[in-house]
Amino acid sequence: MARTDLALVAHLMRRAGFGASRAELEELAEKDYAELVEDLLHPERFPEVDENVLRRYNDGEAIDVWASRWIFRMINSQRQLQEKMALFWHQVFATAWYKGEHTLSMFQQIDMLRRLGLSNIRTILIELSKNPAMIFWLDNNENHKDEPNENYGRELLELFSMGVGNYTEDDVKQAARAFTGWNFEQPIPLYPHGHYTPKFVYREDDHDDSVKTFLGETGRLNGEDIVDIIVKQPAAAKFVIRHLYNFFVADEPQVPAWNTVPPRDPEAIEALVEAYFESGGEMRSVLRVLFNSDFFKNARQIRVKSPVELVASTVKLAGTHRFPDSTLTSLAAASALMGQHLLNPPTVEGWHTGKEWIDGGSLNDRVNFAVDHLADLDKPGMQAVIARLGSNGDTVTPAEFVDRVLDLAGPIEAGDETRDGLMEYAESGGDLAFRTEDERAASSARVGRMLQLVVASREYQFA
Amino acid sequence: MAGNGKPPVLVVVQLSGGNDFMNTLVPYTNPVYYDSRTNVVIPQDQVLPIDNTVGFHPSCGPLKEMYDRGDVAVVQGIGYPNSSRSHFRAMDIWHTCEPVEVGAEGWLGKAIREIDPAKENVLTGVNFGKGLPRAMAAPGVPVSSVGDLDNYGLMTGIGEADQRTQALDIFKRMYSPAVGSGPVMEYLAQTGSDVLKGADVLRQAPLKYSSDVEYADNAFAQSLKNVARVHLADLGTRIFYTAQGGYDTHSNEMPDHPRLLSDLSGAVSDFFDDLRAHDSSDNVAMLVFTEFGRRMKDNGSGTDHGSGGGAFIIGDRVKGGLYAEYPSLEPREWENGEDLKHTIDFRGVYGVMLEQWLGIEAAPIVGGSFEQINPFAA
Repeated sequence: MARTDLALVAHLMRRAGFGASRAELEELAEKDYAELVEDLLHPERFPEVDENVLRRYNDGEAIDVWASRWIFRMINSQRQLQEKMALFWHQVFATAWYKGEHTLSMFQQIDMLRRLGLSNIRTILIELSKNPAMIFWLDNNENHKDEPNENYGRELLELFSMGVGNYTEDDVKQAARAFTGWNFEQPIPLYPHGHYTPKFVYREDDHDDSVKTFLGETGRLNGEDIVDIIVKQPAAAKFVIRHLYNFFVADEPQVPAWNTVPPRDPEAIEALVEAYFESGGEMRSVLRVLFNSDFFKNARQIRVKSPVELVASTVKLAGTHRFPDSTLTSLAAASALMGQHLLNPPTVEGWHTGKEWIDGGSLNDRVNFAVDHLADLDKPGMQAVIARLGSNGDTVTPAEFVDRVLDLAGPIEAGDETRDGLMEYAESGGDLAFRTEDERAASSARVGRMLQLVVASREYQFA
Repeated sequence: MAGNGKPPVLVVVQLSGGNDFMNTLVPYTNPVYYDSRTNVVIPQDQVLPIDNTVGFHPSCGPLKEMYDRGDVAVVQGIGYPNSSRSHFRAMDIWHTCEPVEVGAEGWLGKAIREIDPAKENVLTGVNFGKGLPRAMAAPGVPVSSVGDLDNYGLMTGIGEADQRTQALDIFKRMYSPAVGSGPVMEYLAQTGSDVLKGADVLRQAPLKYSSDVEYADNAFAQSLKNVARVHLADLGTRIFYTAQGGYDTHSNEMPDHPRLLSDLSGAVSDFFDDLRAHDSSDNVAMLVFTEFGRRMKDNGSGTDHGSGGGAFIIGDRVKGGLYAEYPSLEPREWENGEDLKHTIDFRGVYGVMLEQWLGIEAAPIVGGSFEQINPFAA
């Protein structure tokens, strides 16, 4: 007997992970909800995906190969929240491959976000500031004692921790000076040996050790001090929390509007900010409050799936890509086509999320990917849905047909327009029947088409 | 107003990241420029001079040729008061004309609503690129946004014609307007319906197109080629939008910026050559803009975010030349003590494109009256 409502488990797994198959959902529903949350918050309880195994079967220099290994983890890792948090921070700390075309350092950054994503905000911001891919991306290697470059200092405040309106132009300059000397050792050049992993280095002789005043605090501030000052600001807590809310609960307006547009649910933000300060900025503690809250449990199907979420959840529905072979790269390409080129966001602002994932071109690509991915009735996920419908009895009425497929594909709550459209299809062929070989073949094809229509729906665009 | 009797068409090109205007239109005889820029600087003898004060960056050859033919109006010192140094806030301001509040409606979205109030053509506004720019977005205004013109079309994977027709019929029903289902569901309904209407028409455009012009193999040139393909297919598009990224040159500006300018001017020149060869250039004007210029002084390897920048208005009907004033380089005039100060408000330039080119009243769209220039031939 299930202890947790299946639809709630499905909601949790769509948000804290990348979805789950029906069989997985039924197994998870055997546990208490709070226990499921603890399992998600403690990835160390589950085996790790071995990157070496992924590389053995799916290797190459191309960025999409590396991105596709990450998508494999999203689909197959039992540490679902760990991958989801890595994606969360990748979205916030948007660093792109195209500037340096140095794949190993991008991988190194994502791996750092994976390892530390659930830890303390201070640890995360300091490791981010020491991350070679980030240092190169925002020119901190060009931020010198005598010639400060304020790119990293500005974006650290504007995009990574506080948001416009909570600091002055002078704070930007002081932060930049504090991070002078934070550099990386130039790795051995690409040719003829291939890529090497770069390493953080602190160059004391290139560090501006003079007295600085940042957000009202004065001293010989270094980068760590800047982060220490940032993380205790209410503005920083609110900024990080609003990002978490936007990513896990419901779509907020785009970040530049946050200074003027109040949060969708101020009480939720307040509760999470409290958890932030109570725990001293522990992401695990904040997320425990978030996932166990009513505002999270009630926020069903109101967050637009990002392209990679759409790809991963559709693959899980089809039950394919359980093995790390080179066919995975097509998934990275599909996500890129819909507007989310993993490891390669368009700018340091990251992707515009929510409703802005959708325009004519991307909706076209989302629908076509999902429909095409469910075209082959032999895929294990398709067979599972067909088998469950076939075991319903001799025949399935059109209304049952629609209800069962919506349930097995999600469960998905469909609005009247979608239901009417699906009913039109169900009624066009009458009852499903599975008594003879011919009936089974015809009905299977119709179940397949029904699944394709479901993933083409508006509701399927939401997580 | 266009000579070939066809309604005017506006092509907007966004240079994302903040183009370094001083290194695009170089004040090559001003000593302050050479004092301020030590490493990120264009030597006097490399500039393509326009007059004895300014000249184009050496990588702008094709643009300079267009300028010499009288087809390019350079708007010097474009910006707005209290310019934001955040890319994202700055871009929002340019897209919505809302320098204080965060605007929801884009200026071109509002223009499309004026041009096609009955929403008769989902192709009145067409964007090429990933993501619909906020400039083109306004609630209830149909706009087509195309990532890949050659693969535009729903459920093309369903091979059997009658089955695809049935699936598209059901799609149409599933995406019919759902009153009270919330703004995002309504937006999805509209977007889905627009794709359904627009896709099969747009897919015809590449089939009809043939040209002797060979566009370069970079993303921006290919986007302009797509604009040309759709414009030449005569589908009634009045506003096109596309972008070229990469202008955030905090470092390595000396190798990177010339490549960007070269891609830009080559593609724009090819685009107009293509239209001209098809006798379809007369009713097209292009506006090229960026969210801000960069700092007076370089940082040793690049330039940090600044304010006053520059824009270009390009086309056969343009009265070429320099418009507005080049921002003063005198240090006492620098904005924030380190930036070029704008000399003309961007909303006045939008007003030019709206009123003098498209024939639409500007004030309600740009939020007031702003000084305009007169870059079009009578």
